[in-house]
Amino acid sequence: MNDKQLRRYFALLILLMALFLPNISSGQGEFPARTEPPRLVNDFAGVLSSEQQAFLENKLVSFNQKTSTQIAIVTVKSLSGYDKADYAVKLSELWGIGQKGKNNGILILVKPKVGNERGEVFVAVGYGLEAVVPDAVARQALVGAELLPAFRQNDYFKGLDRSTDVLISLTAGEFTADQYIKSTGKGKSGISGFVLIMIILVIAFLFKRGSNEYHGIGGSTTGGFLGGLLLGDMLSRRHDGSWNDFSGGSGFGGGSSGSSFGGFGGGSFGGGGAGGSW
Amino acid sequence: MKRTGIIVVIVIVVLLFLGFQWGISTGNKMVTMDESVAAAWSQVENVYQRRSDLIPNLVSTVKGYADFEKSTLTAVIEARAKATQVTVDPTKLTPESMQQFQQAQGGLSSALGRLMVVVEKYPELKANEGFLNLQAQLEGTENRITVERQKFNEIARGYNTYIRQFPQSIIASMRNFEKKGYFEAEKGADKAPKVQF
Repeated sequence: MNDKQLRRYFALLILLMALFLPNISSGQGEFPARTEPPRLVNDFAGVLSSEQQAFLENKLVSFNQKTSTQIAIVTVKSLSGYDKADYAVKLSELWGIGQKGKNNGILILVKPKVGNERGEVFVAVGYGLEAVVPDAVARQALVGAELLPAFRQNDYFKGLDRSTDVLISLTAGEFTADQYIKSTGKGKSGISGFVLIMIILVIAFLFKRGSNEYHGIGGSTTGGFLGGLLLGDMLSRRHDGSWNDFSGGSGFGGGSSGSSFGGFGGGSFGGGGAGGSW
Repeated sequence: MKRTGIIVVIVIVVLLFLGFQWGISTGNKMVTMDESVAAAWSQVENVYQRRSDLIPNLVSTVKGYADFEKSTLTAVIEARAKATQVTVDPTKLTPESMQQFQQAQGGLSSALGRLMVVVEKYPELKANEGFLNLQAQLEGTENRITVERQKFNEIARGYNTYIRQFPQSIIASMRNFEKKGYFEAEKGADKAPKVQF
């Protein structure tokens, strides 16, 4: 090994140290690290089958693509001595669930019941969603009505599936996908999607003008635009075979990502939400 | 000789200039950090205020139950009044003023904790929809208080470390940047009410 090589290794070593030291020194060993590639459903405690995980992941990823709101599910074997609310908030902030600035992340944290140990669940709601998922709603509609009854019967999937449905309907109108599109809109297929819409728009415009002269431009453009959207949606659906109803979103951009999750956005949490134990 | 003199003067001027520049940028950074501590403090005040705002509703809901222990309710009302009296000037977050604030709020926390324990004896109250909502909000507010206190401590620690390290400490003392207080871990009776369901 010559001098140059040695120096290169040394530089690499320093780089690695610089990368890993902050993580070690801030003492976050109790919290699981983000999985690579990032996923919204992280079953560290192993209470879900792989089909169930895939089903939930698909649902949540598609919702994330539609609205940029990130609903994550994490199950852990132990809370490392933390209070469930404290643990949920710290983990959510560490992972950065939700978009930065919008703070539209939600974490459903589950510590399953094992033997005599109580099971614990906490739904942590990011700052930006506290208004649509207030604590009382989180406690009654989610924890009380969906999560705990199912968890008591040891049916983790049912509780998580139903509660994510409730969360999706609660938060659906709050944010739109603009951020998601913006953050991933650099893909090549983004252009093709746009071009497609333009072509359809022009065709629709020409066609309409031929058939109805007195109908304003506005009407025909909307029709063409809607048609373009629908067609774009159908095409991209056939293209990547995913069942999300707005894969058109990935037609606009991020063709490379397909229907997989693009990663957490750095959202912030303030302790909103509710929990329970059984 | 004359030439060396000029060089020395130039070197001194350049050094002074650089020092001056460094002093200004360090001072400005302290202003920014000081502001973020103040912002974190206002978040802390917000969540405490939120708790304070919940109490009149809570009291009137609980009062409806004729036989409810009066002493626990009066304790909550008094502790709330005391807590709202203690305010802290966000530009003077000294350890002393923070401790006073914490003590007053801690008094309210323990009074609320006692109330929640007494509530356990009233099953009709525990079945009341309005009360359950308030309980959920109160629990959520206690969680928020924990979070904002931790965030405040983190930001204050960053600021304190910066202004007390050499050589920034020189600028800090010149421009009167003072060490901020921390929230201390709650001891025994001050513990936030644990509402179990």
